[in-house]
Amino acid sequence: MNAFTALLKRDLLLAYRNRGELANPMLFFIIVVSLFPLAVSPDPSILEGMAAGVIWVAALLSTLLSIERIFRSDFDDGTLEQILLCPQPLPILMLAKVSAHWLVTGLPLIIVTPLLALLLHLPEGTLGILMLTLLLGTPVLSLVGAIGVALTVGLRRGGMLLTLLILPLYTPVLIFGANAVQAATMGLDVTGQIYLMSGLLVLSLTLAPLAIGSALRVSVS
Amino acid sequence: MSLIAKDLEYARDDRALFTGLNFTINAGEVLQIEGPNGSGKTTLLRILCGLINADGGEIYWSDQDIQKDRYDYSNNASYIGHHDGLKGDCTPLENLALSHALSSSKENFSAHEALEKVGMGGFEHQLCRTLSAGQRRRVAIARLLNSPAKLWILDEPFTAIDQAGISNLESIITEHAHADGMVILTSHHQVNLPEINFSTLVLGQTTNTQHY
Repeated sequence: MNAFTALLKRDLLLAYRNRGELANPMLFFIIVVSLFPLAVSPDPSILEGMAAGVIWVAALLSTLLSIERIFRSDFDDGTLEQILLCPQPLPILMLAKVSAHWLVTGLPLIIVTPLLALLLHLPEGTLGILMLTLLLGTPVLSLVGAIGVALTVGLRRGGMLLTLLILPLYTPVLIFGANAVQAATMGLDVTGQIYLMSGLLVLSLTLAPLAIGSALRVSVS
Repeated sequence: MSLIAKDLEYARDDRALFTGLNFTINAGEVLQIEGPNGSGKTTLLRILCGLINADGGEIYWSDQDIQKDRYDYSNNASYIGHHDGLKGDCTPLENLALSHALSSSKENFSAHEALEKVGMGGFEHQLCRTLSAGQRRRVAIARLLNSPAKLWILDEPFTAIDQAGISNLESIITEHAHADGMVILTSHHQVNLPEINFSTLVLGQTTNTQHY
């Protein structure tokens, strides 16, 4: 546990010292979402139908943009080797890495979402559901994305491969996330979607750290 | 306590780097691995610390296969590779604190003391990326001083270090060996360790061990 907090703290400290770089994914998120009313139509009746979908797609792309950095610098400067060789359970350390990533990229997205929802005329009363799906979904994006990065970090040009690897795994999260809000707009019950997303979160929270650790061992050798 | 390598072999792209490699290191011994560039020194060290799996053969730490008993071995082995394993955006103190947290050591550690010992006193609060290559190397060595590991695996530890630093590192290695530690290192530099049990292993066309 000591190692978990130490690694988490270090990653948050590093993120704080590279604040400029850190703001990138969030700026991207805000820009993508705010361009939609300009490009499509400022008409509230059109916007409110696609608000949830736009926010979800932007959140997904912004995670995809930032996830590659999760192991890159550790791999380049040799700290990854030190992490792999230390006598601590590797999945726990991987969980610390992903938690740090989510705290600095996923959480800010959720925080600015109410503002963007206003911009897109998200139907009243569905903001809570949207926030909840993002809260359940973005950690899954970080966890699953980290597996892809762990597999490709040793390759010189892994960017394209990374996208191909993790995009199919991202789609269920996107579908259920956006669908839950859509259903809530129509006044339908969304318990099913929320349970499914919670299930995905629990599944990736327990299994992804194992997969990330094993993938990194392969990448480093 | 000993490290035993049995019939190690490794091939890269169908070219055998080494086959049938055998050696033993006991407490208090230092082994230098020599060989021309590309002869597999770094690969061998990475195999020894468990980062790469050998194509054949076994490595035993205190009679336990290191692949089977990873925990005990990782408690006892410390590795410095080509890269220093330091975060450029952290200070030497922060880097050492993390390595300490990652090690299983419960002992109180003094990063200041370790940095002082490698001649890096006064640089505790400077970001590592502003340090020179030799200074970063020294900080990496300070990491060893704070770890409870008995076996040090050092890949070119003398690179970028100045003359005074080299003799300082030699005395650190000597001290470690006298405290029943063991060291495996690669170096192109003539290592000067007169007081301890020192042997070399030459990788290349013919693999043989010489004892002094």
